[in-house]
Amino acid sequence: MIRLWFKSGTPWVWLNAAAVSTSLIMVVGVLGLILVRGAGHFWPSPVVQFTYQEPNGQIQTIIGEHVDTSITPAAMAKSTGYAMADDEDTLVQYLIKAGNRDITGTDFRWILERNVKQQQSPAELMVVERREWGNFYGRLVAVKESGKIIAEGAEAWPAVQTKISEALTVFKKIAHLEKKEVGAINYSLEKLRLKQKKLQLENLWDTAAEQRVAAEKAELEVEYKKYQAQLSELYQQIRRDSLVAKTESGAEIEIPLNKVVRIFQPNTMSVFDKIVHYGVKVVEFLTDEPREANTEGGIFPAIFGTVMMVMMMSIIVTPFGVIAAVYLREYAKQGFITRLIRISVNNLAGVPSIVYGVFGLGFFVYILGGNIDQLFFPEAAPAPVYGTPGLLWASITLALLTLPVVIVSTEEGLARIPRSIREGSLALGATKLETLWLTVLPMASPAMMTGLILAVARAAGEVAPLMLVGVVKLAPTLPLDGNYPFLHLDRKFMHLGFHIYDVGFQSPNVEAARPLVYATSLLLVLVIVGLNLSAILIRNHLREKYRALEG
Amino acid sequence: MTAQHTRTHTIDVSSILRDQKTTGEQNEACIKVENLNLFYAEKQALHGVNMEMPKKKVTAYIGPSGCGKSTLLRCINRMNDLVDNVTIEGKILLDNENIYDKAVNVAALRRRVGMVFQKPNPFPKSIFENVTYGLRIQGINDKRILEETVENALRGAALWDEVKDRLNDNALGLSGGQQQRLVIARAIAIEPEVLLLDEPASALDPISTLKIEELINELKEKYTIVIVTHNMQQAARVSDYTAFMYMGELIEMGTTSELFTNPRKKQTEDYITGRYG
Repeated sequence: MIRLWFKSGTPWVWLNAAAVSTSLIMVVGVLGLILVRGAGHFWPSPVVQFTYQEPNGQIQTIIGEHVDTSITPAAMAKSTGYAMADDEDTLVQYLIKAGNRDITGTDFRWILERNVKQQQSPAELMVVERREWGNFYGRLVAVKESGKIIAEGAEAWPAVQTKISEALTVFKKIAHLEKKEVGAINYSLEKLRLKQKKLQLENLWDTAAEQRVAAEKAELEVEYKKYQAQLSELYQQIRRDSLVAKTESGAEIEIPLNKVVRIFQPNTMSVFDKIVHYGVKVVEFLTDEPREANTEGGIFPAIFGTVMMVMMMSIIVTPFGVIAAVYLREYAKQGFITRLIRISVNNLAGVPSIVYGVFGLGFFVYILGGNIDQLFFPEAAPAPVYGTPGLLWASITLALLTLPVVIVSTEEGLARIPRSIREGSLALGATKLETLWLTVLPMASPAMMTGLILAVARAAGEVAPLMLVGVVKLAPTLPLDGNYPFLHLDRKFMHLGFHIYDVGFQSPNVEAARPLVYATSLLLVLVIVGLNLSAILIRNHLREKYRALEG
Repeated sequence: MTAQHTRTHTIDVSSILRDQKTTGEQNEACIKVENLNLFYAEKQALHGVNMEMPKKKVTAYIGPSGCGKSTLLRCINRMNDLVDNVTIEGKILLDNENIYDKAVNVAALRRRVGMVFQKPNPFPKSIFENVTYGLRIQGINDKRILEETVENALRGAALWDEVKDRLNDNALGLSGGQQQRLVIARAIAIEPEVLLLDEPASALDPISTLKIEELINELKEKYTIVIVTHNMQQAARVSDYTAFMYMGELIEMGTTSELFTNPRKKQTEDYITGRYG
């Protein structure tokens, strides 16, 4: 009976189905987890005021967001030193984000549920998102302008909102001036310095050159002074206002408005307000630069760096891989050597990526980059230009890493082109080269795109080699900007994968960083899916166009 | 290669041609095959073939599968060069020039000797691009010339009326018979002297086959045609001369009517009467 059942193949079908569903559950689980944890982070949670009895009996007020709940079995709690009553089965603890790191030293704390005497959500509790020291939780007392109180009590809230938006406008102006205008001047000054040094090295430094450089420098200095004046005026303007707030313990502190990103009272917000708040936060996350050791603010530089690097890699790896595959398949005499090469190429795909990183650092950065510096940028010495990790070397290293994938799929594509098509072209008087370019390569382009898709998927998620050849925790400038030559391949850049590692494991504030790890992971997945989707769309378009004669 | 491989079967083609001349047609030989041996690695596929194919006539190769008729056909435009480990001895003269001479430009030769394959093999491009492919390779990009050529070639291949409104559609959307006529149009667009047809109708339905056969009759006004076919009725219908091949050797060649009605060799008679093959 059982034997018959086995023979019928039913268990085999069940086994297959089980394998598929397990994989499916895992994928959905991973995506679901990062989606819920990552996307939930930006939703404004209510601020709660706890009346809490410390273990020493002292009663105090704690204001903060209830972030997490942990339930420990009584026995385990006892063994870690908690006094447990006999009727208690579990020890329930709350993780509270209480903020105010500048005052209390920590912004997260665990409290015992049984010691919570009272729990309220007063409407007037506010959250102040600050540029330093994390969030502030408390009550608004007054708004000050140049040290004088201009609004108090009920008037303080509307007053602080208008003041904040003023301060934000000024802040944006300052950021723009510093980054764009002053940044450009600094860039030009540095170029001028290098030019001067180069002329000196080449013994062309004469009075005429000196005067020319001095004149240019003076011009830049004048411009710089102009911006400097504007900046100091703006700084004065932004430092003028401040707000006075009361903490949970009743102490009053003054927060200058130039340090404030936004103020909101989550307990009074309607669902619509919350949606708007959520949208603003998501946009900030996508378009802003990180703050506070990457635990706050946005991750735009990391998105930009990732996409930029993947694109550079694609630009390098596609022609290289295709040309190699064409030689292997179309020109090389098929035999022992080509087989050996093919096996080696396939095995290259299995080399651990960190090995590529080491190779990239040793060969590309130090040997290639070092020599480029010596040959073309002697004036910059001892500071390296290309002799240091950067976007170019990271892209090339990843191109090397993904090369086998492109070669293998292009070769497969070329092998699939029917012989009759090639003969048809040759019979019309086309040479082998013309046949390749006009017919074979276009028809093999979907296969090339498949290779590129696999390469992109692999490269976008790669972190280990990048840590050696160009990715940094915080890049002050993007690799693409308005200063000639616009694309700065020598610059270091930020990367989503590394950002996850950095925020998750290198952050001084683990609890604050945790949701960002999920959010960044979500984004990394989305970026990879986006890159892949666009490649797949292109491939499908090509497939449709070069639909080959099947069979 | 040693001499033992080269068994020669000389057929007195010139006498046949002389007979034809009396009927008043111009019958200079266009292609002359002289003592052709072909080896795939060690295996000999053609044994000392000698024959002449006259200008603006249809010559058909018949014979059982694997007898070397396609191989011989593919020698005429040097398609066999593409096969690894192939060795070719002997000469093929096209207008008295040996096409296996070292100085011959193979691409230029193939422009003079067009070929249509067993299975239609249009490129996955538009109908227009398919027909102009050969011209573009020659660097002709003048739109007026291209359009004119496309119309003439498609008319020549009896396809114009069916596709004139959709020249920019993908050629793979055509039916098998249309595709084969498109491939013929593509071949005659570059105005070759010779057209090689390798079983052009074997993958087609009877109606398409009929159309191709009618087309061959029209095309011989302008081109020297060599056709390989499995179908003896087809050979009898379309060709002026027929060559019977067996085991890599040319057994007999003559005018089609003579070969089918009065074969000189026993093997030929056995084959055309269906006793083997």
